[in-house]
Amino acid sequence: MSLVQISNARRKRIPLDLLSQREEFHAWTNEAPAAGAESDEIDPSSRRDVLKLMAAGAGLAGLVSCRRPVQNIVSFSQGVEDLIPGKPQFYNTIYNLGGVAQGLRIEANDGRPTKVEGNPVHPTSKGAANAYSQATVLGLFDPDRLTKVIQNGNASTWEAFRAFARDHFAQAGEGEGLAFVCERSAGDSWKAVVAAATKKWPKALWLHWEPLNHDNAVLGAQQATGTAADAVYAYDKADVVLALDHDFLGVDATTVLPTKLFSQKRKVKEGESMNRLYAVEGHFSLTGGMADHRLRLKPSEVAAFAAEVLKLVSAEGEINVGGEGSRKFASAVAKDLKKNAGKSLVTAGPRQAPIVHALALAINQVLGNLGATVNLIAPLAPPQAEALAAFKSALAEGKISTLVVLGGNPAYTLPADVNFADGAKRVKTLIHLGLEQDETGVLAHWCLPQAHYLEAWGDGRSADGTASIQQPVIAPLYGGKTAPEVLSELAGLSVTKAYDIVKNHWTAGFAGDQEKQWRKVLHDGLVEGSAAAALKISVDVKKVAAEPVPSPSNETELVFLPAAGIYDGRFANNAFLMEMPDPLTKVVWDNCVTMSRKTAESLKVSMGFIGEEGDMVTLNVGGASVEAAVIVVPGQADGVLGVTLGYGREHAGRVGKGAGFNAYKLRTTAGMGYAPVQATKAAETFFLVRTQDDPEGDSQNGRPIVREATLEDFQKDPKFAQSVPGPALESLFTDWKYDQGYQWGMAIDLNSCTGCNACLIACFSENNIPMVGKKFVAMGREMHWIRLDRYYAGDGDEATVAVQPLNCQQCENAPCESVCPVAATVHSPEGLNDMAYNRCIGTRYCMNNCPYKVRRFNYLNWTKAKTEVENLASNPDVSTRMRGVIEKCTYCTQRIAEGKINAKIDPTGRRKVRDGEIQTACQQTCPADAISFGNINDVESAVSKAKASPRNYALLAELNVRPRTTYLAKLKNLNPELAGEKKAPAAAAH
Amino acid sequence: MANLTLTNSDLDAISPRLVLDKGTRPTGYKEVTEDVVSIIEAKTSRAWWIAFIVSFLTLIMLFGMLSYQVATGVGVWGNNSPVGWAWDITNFVFWIGIGHAGTLISAILFLFRQKWRTSINRAAEAMTLFAVACAGLYPVFHVGRVWRAYWLFPVPNTDLAMWQNFRSPLLWDVFAISTYGTVSALFWYVGLIPDLATVRDRATGIRAKIYGFLSLGWRGSAQHWTNYEMAYMLLAGLSTPLVLSVHTIVSFDFATSVLPGWHTTIFPPYFVAGAVFSGFAMVMTLMVIFRKWFHLEHLVTIKHLENMNKIMLVTGTVVGYAYGTEFFIAWYSGNPYELFTFINRAFGPYWWAYWSMISCNVISPQFFWSKKLRTNIPFMFVISIFINIGMWFERFVIIVTSLHRDFLPSSWGYFRPTYVDILTFVGTFGLFMTLFLLFARFVPIIAISEVKGVIAGDKHRHLPEHVEAQMAVKRDEIMKVVA
Repeated sequence: MSLVQISNARRKRIPLDLLSQREEFHAWTNEAPAAGAESDEIDPSSRRDVLKLMAAGAGLAGLVSCRRPVQNIVSFSQGVEDLIPGKPQFYNTIYNLGGVAQGLRIEANDGRPTKVEGNPVHPTSKGAANAYSQATVLGLFDPDRLTKVIQNGNASTWEAFRAFARDHFAQAGEGEGLAFVCERSAGDSWKAVVAAATKKWPKALWLHWEPLNHDNAVLGAQQATGTAADAVYAYDKADVVLALDHDFLGVDATTVLPTKLFSQKRKVKEGESMNRLYAVEGHFSLTGGMADHRLRLKPSEVAAFAAEVLKLVSAEGEINVGGEGSRKFASAVAKDLKKNAGKSLVTAGPRQAPIVHALALAINQVLGNLGATVNLIAPLAPPQAEALAAFKSALAEGKISTLVVLGGNPAYTLPADVNFADGAKRVKTLIHLGLEQDETGVLAHWCLPQAHYLEAWGDGRSADGTASIQQPVIAPLYGGKTAPEVLSELAGLSVTKAYDIVKNHWTAGFAGDQEKQWRKVLHDGLVEGSAAAALKISVDVKKVAAEPVPSPSNETELVFLPAAGIYDGRFANNAFLMEMPDPLTKVVWDNCVTMSRKTAESLKVSMGFIGEEGDMVTLNVGGASVEAAVIVVPGQADGVLGVTLGYGREHAGRVGKGAGFNAYKLRTTAGMGYAPVQATKAAETFFLVRTQDDPEGDSQNGRPIVREATLEDFQKDPKFAQSVPGPALESLFTDWKYDQGYQWGMAIDLNSCTGCNACLIACFSENNIPMVGKKFVAMGREMHWIRLDRYYAGDGDEATVAVQPLNCQQCENAPCESVCPVAATVHSPEGLNDMAYNRCIGTRYCMNNCPYKVRRFNYLNWTKAKTEVENLASNPDVSTRMRGVIEKCTYCTQRIAEGKINAKIDPTGRRKVRDGEIQTACQQTCPADAISFGNINDVESAVSKAKASPRNYALLAELNVRPRTTYLAKLKNLNPELAGEKKAPAAAAH
Repeated sequence: MANLTLTNSDLDAISPRLVLDKGTRPTGYKEVTEDVVSIIEAKTSRAWWIAFIVSFLTLIMLFGMLSYQVATGVGVWGNNSPVGWAWDITNFVFWIGIGHAGTLISAILFLFRQKWRTSINRAAEAMTLFAVACAGLYPVFHVGRVWRAYWLFPVPNTDLAMWQNFRSPLLWDVFAISTYGTVSALFWYVGLIPDLATVRDRATGIRAKIYGFLSLGWRGSAQHWTNYEMAYMLLAGLSTPLVLSVHTIVSFDFATSVLPGWHTTIFPPYFVAGAVFSGFAMVMTLMVIFRKWFHLEHLVTIKHLENMNKIMLVTGTVVGYAYGTEFFIAWYSGNPYELFTFINRAFGPYWWAYWSMISCNVISPQFFWSKKLRTNIPFMFVISIFINIGMWFERFVIIVTSLHRDFLPSSWGYFRPTYVDILTFVGTFGLFMTLFLLFARFVPIIAISEVKGVIAGDKHRHLPEHVEAQMAVKRDEIMKVVA
């Protein structure tokens, strides 16, 4: 029961100030069931409910900014301090994803969060945010969220739950038969609550469960050094990086920092050098795509490879590069690493066994990288392997009578051998705190609505140990509570409000003016100087070298990967992430099983193109089998199948239900990272939808689209990318000069872009991009304003990947403009290709005539199915487009307008827009800083400097369209000793 | 004088008359009037009703489809990105092309004094109008916001408060088609006036009033005829450039773009030739049916049909040549995108459309080199249907295969029609046939006064000298013309 429901209970609007005099209001404040309240649920289609929800949210959010405890309601008509209508407010906060805090900055419009950005002062985000974090704003306004307490399928209340819990937990004694499964968080106050609960119930079982975790890295460090530790890598200091099955530029690192640091070494200017990345992996990851040299190895072969490299770097004297295949690769890598001792870095991925991590650390130790490019810190979370084993046996033996799930979806994500669903039947009381009634929720006796992180107080620590406070931006929409709140209440602790739990914990540690420091922490979004100190430990190289290395298997191996969109499945009901194409396969709305061409041939399966169904394979791991649709990825190791987790949800909301295949059914405790698999062709076929699905659309067809050269060739001929094919471009007429005022332009560095999709989600969120669903993406009607084109280059087996972000190129000579009969798309004096939606009648001629095909047409009313609650996530600065009109990237024209207004009304007097003051959404969030944007009329601007690079080229310049977006060519820093094996990049400039 | 047994029929084998005897009955002025006007004076036949009801139901389906589309969005069609235009513009160009024969026959052949045009010009012109009506639907309904389609016209309105973009070929299209439609309608109507007066003269009651009103007081005086002839001549002169301009401008929709496969200078003549080709094919399809149905074989003779077949042979060959030239230029230009597009047409995912087009448009008219085949009515009917299909595929190939794979392979896609696409297209045939059946029911389908004008000419047709010599004596007896 929420305030809004009370005010609307009799379909009459009750002013907020009169509300307090009503009986239902008092009931609400006491959270007892209200007499006469007819509706228990917010009807998402009721506009009034929603508007009031907004108003209430705005009032509360305003209070948050006043730092008053969230206890009172102030009518919006009385005004809220700091809230200027039409001006967004920004709050720094964090989001705990997989137990690692992401430093975020939230934009709130009229008290409702509309956009998630990176916190510019946070050391692990530096203004960038990944796709996951940015899409969470949809999760807040998810119409399928759990809106009320449910007991055995019937609506109930928090008060009823409290009454039940008081009696129930009073009998818990020492915690015999009591088990807690919770999501990981490194937050100090959370840990304190857990400690208090553990003290109360010392015999209770605890499982801090994350299906995707870095436990193997911690265990590897323990094996190598004797101390459990997390590794922190300084990619910006490494000239040579060896990634052992570690997609640190993609899904294996939830923070954006690795990309941020790594890309610093890729901004090559004339005469400069760049870092060199070696990737060893089975599946094809973004890191593999960025790699200068990539070795295809099955995951089980990586350990032997690492041992080989350790042996080579440990040996005295010059390393001879020789042998075949992986031996040659290992010796060349070892030689290169040794040459760059202290300036190199070896890292291993979470799917690899602890021994591989230990070997990687040993190599770093030998090279003197430990302490230079690699630092070990105290782990954020202790490994859970033992806790999992204990939980598994207790559940199987029926020893758990009360199971409390505090967030997360263990019924879906726990390894198949835990058999949670069966075990849960023997649990007498199962309590689930969750955002939705998911697979765990449907098993639970009590379902409690969880507060979204944007609604609740909390804390956490980032990958480098920096502590931050999670502050809410909006009051809980459905009266949800956080895990610490529920736990402290169950444990009968004295402080049970999240705000008090967090504030009391942190202010107690502050010296001096605690309130002032607390406010500073909230303002900055982090506790300054709280990053973890490097541990003074070293690796026992001899011990590690003596460890037995597991021998590689001959079987086909199945790799379990985090989904680029929906992570471990928690975002399955998030339309942004569902419709975000997988960076490599370009599949949307489903997952698939990836395999190399040879493996596909041996399984006699093929994938579907242009709207046709493709084959499926039956994957059998230890008796469990799942059927999954096939995508062929050239360059994947033979005998390796890749599958992403998180799909095939049975109890997700309207978006995620039934999309894809549930790979968790194949994942067991023994094979969390990868597992031997028997794959056979299945009888069925399946319709996978890809945004790039032409049978010949995966390669550049010999066209100079993504221009690429080796570093060596670039140094010889820096202007290799700048040639324009065809005759000289001449005109009979004097061209418009575009030399007055601001002239907006963009440059995208293809050498640092990893293809991580962060820009895509930023654009979705900033520009209110409608999601159209699988059926319409299949018809080629996705509305993405920026897309990441992915091309395979080279022959099938040793294919490389080139990624190219493509938004509207804002051509000076725009072909779209001349063909529009109603002049709906015209050029602005600032060089923008403007689109007047109100004038567009939708002939689609501009779309046909756009050589980049970046214009999108609203074929149908895409926002029709949107509920009012979902509309709250919209950016009020950008109009939503009706059906029948064309839309496209505007270079975030609303941000340009805002920047110009700010420069005009600057209190210090009217001034020009400063370089960097206006950032497009894609640029702002790019973890690789690949996008520069600004005034190209100003030679000092960052974008002008980027465009002055010899690597700068205009895509399709031969058409004389003169795009304002240009690209900086991609480079490959080849190791001369391996270069012979690998031909020069096939995508080289023409 | 041994061969005085010569008959008109014998002479027809040497140089056919434009108006033949009906059976053994010679066709004179009276008979022409009787044969043509009786069609619309007779009781409505059961066959007409069946055809009309089927056509009208199809028309209602068209309205249903268009209503559904306007209410829901263009997304009910299969169009996508990159294929922003598909069946909509294909059908538009298809119908506009069909609308070409009418004005060509009535205007250009008139100016060139091709007397054989008289038997077919009325029906061909009517067909033009109805085809333009079908074509005109598409530019209006293919836009995303149909309720704003009037913004395409430079009419004063407060919504837009500005001029259209005169650089856009789509705007030129609007002017070209509306002008063409207007002039064609005027031309058709002016030609109808004497015939409507003929119908009026034979009618009574309300019919006489309506036809009287429509014939604008025509009395057939010498002054009327002088004015009429002058007006007709002027309208023919006015229409002649339109015949060329309409399809030229339609071709500009494509030729002025940057898209490989569209951006080509050959389009204007190639489109005009294709339009004449398809227009004649459609006239042929209709005339073969109607001359049989309404017993007009003596007015629409095998000579007419053969002449039309000859035109189809010429224009079909021109079109085939254009296809070849496109390929040559694609290679000769050295433009890799252009080359790819043409190879993709023939061997890409839409190869079937391309080869359907080639076999229907290039191969099928070549049979008309044979006199035997081009005078074989069932055969020419089949070929005319093939050409109709082929010309539809030509537009489909140009529009869809150029769009589906252009510059950046990442954006390539594939188009599939939805049921709404298909039923909308079928529905336009309903509109066309409904209008045509109404025309056949209420308007003289052959230009009576013009046919009468060529009857006398048959008497003086050119014959070989030795025949002329034989005929010198008994000319009037042999070449008997009922006046």
